[in-house]
Amino acid sequence: MSNATGQHELEKYAALWEEAQGVQGISLGQDAWRRLKRNRGAVISLIGLVSIALLALLTPMLPLQPPQRVDTERIFAPPTFAAAPAVEAEKVDAHFGIKGGINLLMVKIRLAVFGEWSVPSICGTDELGRDTLARIFWGARVSLAVGIVATLVSLVIGVSYGAVAGYFGGRVDNVMMRIVDMLYSVPFICVVIMLVSILNDKAVKAVLEEYGINQIAIFFIIVGAIYWLTMSRVVRGQVISLKNEQYIEAARTIGASRLRIIFRHLVPNVLSVVIVYLTLTIPSVMLFEAFLSFLGLGVKAPEVSWGLLVNQGFSVITPIKVYWWLVLFPGLALAMTLYALNFLGDGLRDALDPRLKNK
Amino acid sequence: MIRFLARRLIWFVITIWVVMSVSFLLARAAPGGPFTQERKLPPHVEDAWREKYNLNDPLIVQYVNYFVNLAQFDLGLSFKMHDFTVNEVIAAGFPISASLGLMALLFALTLGLFAGVVSAVRRGGFWDLSLMAAATVGIAVPSFVIASVLILLFVFTWPVFPAAGWGQPINMVLPAFCLGAPYAAYISRLTRTGMLEVLSQDYIRTAYAKGLSTRTVVLRHAMKGAMLPVVSFLGPAVAGIIVGSLVVEKIFAIPGLGVHLVNAATLNDYTMMLGMVLVYTVLLYGMNTLVDLSYRFIDPRVELE
Repeated sequence: MSNATGQHELEKYAALWEEAQGVQGISLGQDAWRRLKRNRGAVISLIGLVSIALLALLTPMLPLQPPQRVDTERIFAPPTFAAAPAVEAEKVDAHFGIKGGINLLMVKIRLAVFGEWSVPSICGTDELGRDTLARIFWGARVSLAVGIVATLVSLVIGVSYGAVAGYFGGRVDNVMMRIVDMLYSVPFICVVIMLVSILNDKAVKAVLEEYGINQIAIFFIIVGAIYWLTMSRVVRGQVISLKNEQYIEAARTIGASRLRIIFRHLVPNVLSVVIVYLTLTIPSVMLFEAFLSFLGLGVKAPEVSWGLLVNQGFSVITPIKVYWWLVLFPGLALAMTLYALNFLGDGLRDALDPRLKNK
Repeated sequence: MIRFLARRLIWFVITIWVVMSVSFLLARAAPGGPFTQERKLPPHVEDAWREKYNLNDPLIVQYVNYFVNLAQFDLGLSFKMHDFTVNEVIAAGFPISASLGLMALLFALTLGLFAGVVSAVRRGGFWDLSLMAAATVGIAVPSFVIASVLILLFVFTWPVFPAAGWGQPINMVLPAFCLGAPYAAYISRLTRTGMLEVLSQDYIRTAYAKGLSTRTVVLRHAMKGAMLPVVSFLGPAVAGIIVGSLVVEKIFAIPGLGVHLVNAATLNDYTMMLGMVLVYTVLLYGMNTLVDLSYRFIDPRVELE
């Protein structure tokens, strides 16, 4: 090989290298985020949801009226801009319904910053004179917490179950999916009602209180234990289509154990599908919690949740006096949050669709 | 097809057995008995009640007795409603709940299919956008919120419908609407997606080229292809309608089965709870089997497993 052709090849490769430098690789995540940003509805939903979550987290610090202060002089007050009664600093525990810790700290900060002033009752008051706006904010904490935690519980159970069933295949898969089918045949509500009635019994409750699990935690677990079925089916389908890929074979060749392959290689790759189902499960869970609270089986007073608020608002509807604000505002809060979650889930599903990559 | 049905029947028996056993044990595991809610009974009275309901027998005897009775369609006596057997209560409430659920399902299907087809055929137009926006609202807003708002509007503000009760056809309108609205919304979205896919197929283009009107093309040719996801959805839809009926029956004071299920659970009425679980499980399983059977008729390429 003479020097001239060597030089020519060198230049050719140098030119290719220059060209390659200009091209930027895009990961699936970046591509998805770019597509998501173009969907304005989804972006608005995302911003809305993040702000709702932040407000819910910081609720004790907001200048709202105490959600559990009974004020018999202001029963059933319609929405108004009149000044609200002052906050009584000595009765903070009872009026805010907090048991110390971080919540107490936040309320103390609020009292230091805003003093005794609070936002007037622009959403009216209920049958005990409690401010509806404040109850909506405090109820948001419970409803959102149920949605997120229960979904995470169902995520953990569903993904592990589906990934194991999909990877092992054969008889193990068959048995596992039969169990899922059997569970599908039972309407959830029966299971939940039975579990709730068992766990609400005094003796069982006493035992659980010792372990520090209060009623809301039980609720999270029950709801999460019901919603893992769909997640496991979806993950199983994905795993079955992924398990014949070459990188799985490579991992097996170098001696990776089955468990390692499942959790280290397969699960991260089904993440996109899981994320979409996650954002679509949260509204279902919140809706389910609202249903149960409406029936009186879910969150119980003095805790507040949106479902409970709608229930209480509904129970005072009479043909004589229509207290529309007790139903409209909690219902609106619930509806807008669920709407935003559904919109975001749809947007995510379109953004993460691999068939639309680089479009 | 006979083999398919036979296999389904075997799984039906196994499922019922497993579900009822688990429910039975769960119900017995609940520490409170059926008598802890009421005031303390004198011991001899409580013993008499226990004898009547066979609660003094060992657990295994009660278990076997229950299943023997079950095979003869005898669901036992209710613990709380002392004058009724579970069979009587179910016979009274089931037709009402079933007709409500059926109305809701029919309503959801007709409205959903209609809206979905119109959206797909007039894609991107005014009707498409507004119907799909309404559909998203229907999915996001819970049925009891819709029910409360509708009651406020159409019962109290403008008295068009009665507030509660059952008996006249007009009683059925609001409850069926509230129960079926979310499912109508889902079905319309599913139909629209399915129709859009089908309408882009070659054979539809051929049909149009032959000069067939839009109506003939859609109804005769496109519908069948778009139906499959809707039919698959019917199974979960029935499950959802069962759950939703509990809330709707409470709101509109409809004397169906829902109130019995909730009361049975909160009052520890074992036999009633087990009876309700049985009814709902049978209903759901039957519906799922029907859905699977119908696949064959809609899409002949599908193999029944």
